Amino acid sequence: MSTLYSRRTVLQGISLLSLGLLAGCDDSSKLSFKYGKDLSDKIMGRSFKLKDTQGETRMLGSYQGLMPMIFFGFTQCPAVCPTTLARAAQAKKLMGRDGERLQVIFITLDPERDTPELLDQYVKAFDPSFEALYGTLEETAATAKEFGVFFEKVPSGDTYTLSHTATSFVFDSRGNLRLGLSASLTAQECAEDLLTVMEVC
Amino acid sequence: MISFCAPRIKQLALGLSLLGMAWQVSAQTEVNDAWVRATVAGQPSSGAFMTLKADTDSKLLSVQSPVAKLVQIHQSSMKDDVMSMQQVDSVALPAGKAVSFDPHGYHIMLMNLTAQIKEGDSVPLTLTVENAKGEKETIKVDAPARALGTMGHGNMDHSKMDHSKMQ
Repeated sequence: MSTLYSRRTVLQGISLLSLGLLAGCDDSSKLSFKYGKDLSDKIMGRSFKLKDTQGETRMLGSYQGLMPMIFFGFTQCPAVCPTTLARAAQAKKLMGRDGERLQVIFITLDPERDTPELLDQYVKAFDPSFEALYGTLEETAATAKEFGVFFEKVPSGDTYTLSHTATSFVFDSRGNLRLGLSASLTAQECAEDLLTVMEVC
Repeated sequence: MISFCAPRIKQLALGLSLLGMAWQVSAQTEVNDAWVRATVAGQPSSGAFMTLKADTDSKLLSVQSPVAKLVQIHQSSMKDDVMSMQQVDSVALPAGKAVSFDPHGYHIMLMNLTAQIKEGDSVPLTLTVENAKGEKETIKVDAPARALGTMGHGNMDHSKMDHSKMQ
């Protein structure tokens, strides 16, 4: 019974423990958010592969260590897209220094009209740290499907607009999907729930 | 007698003219807090937002602007966090009721823009409103362009709001 752990083993154990504490990572599968929806048990958005406005390939793993918040939209959207991006910029500010780890990612659902140049200018008008991603029509459809994002073209005169899911999807810094923020929430409410995600990892 | 009548007549005349002025004002549709969302270069569309209040039951038929080749009235609706937009033919303006055109409901879509709309620009809009008798009224508004990152109604930057015009 009295098999004593060697001093080394004990030390290793302690250092591992403290590493875990330092990183502040908590593997709890459920989180309780005040406003948003807990998506911790959902497996979504793990394998998208799109391009950023510089033409670089981006995947979820490209954002390791950051807290990615993904929103789908299109630049000709007059209402929910600018409002949600403005809200994200405001929430980032409200989070103070923690906000530096929030990486807002705008994925266009309209790659036919949203050129990389336009996307770049558009997202950076809200916050210079925001990124925009795009893919081919097929890649866009596959990515939306992966997130359970609905979108559909609505003809409007000689042009079209899009109906689409307006949820913002938040991952923790290890790439686990955590939180869904509905378009109806305020910047303050989003900031509070985003800080809850940060407490976990 | 004369000295008594003269001021009375004056008062009557003044009263009538005031009534006339009031009538003229009431026959108009009030437009408050109109603004247009600024765009980045190459962005072909934007939205215009405002509050309309008609004195008699009326409807907004159309909007024109020199900055856009195509202007439509759209209605946003949210169901299960899916934002949908539909073009509408007209928007009812019930008598005395403020109808809000904001990013969350009805709004005016400025499409096929002729140039970038920069923050601070003044965007001319011409609204056509029809009352229940079928009489059409044209209202011209110069809407200031606010930053692309302006939040919608209710969340907007209050420093830029003209409270004097609020009802």
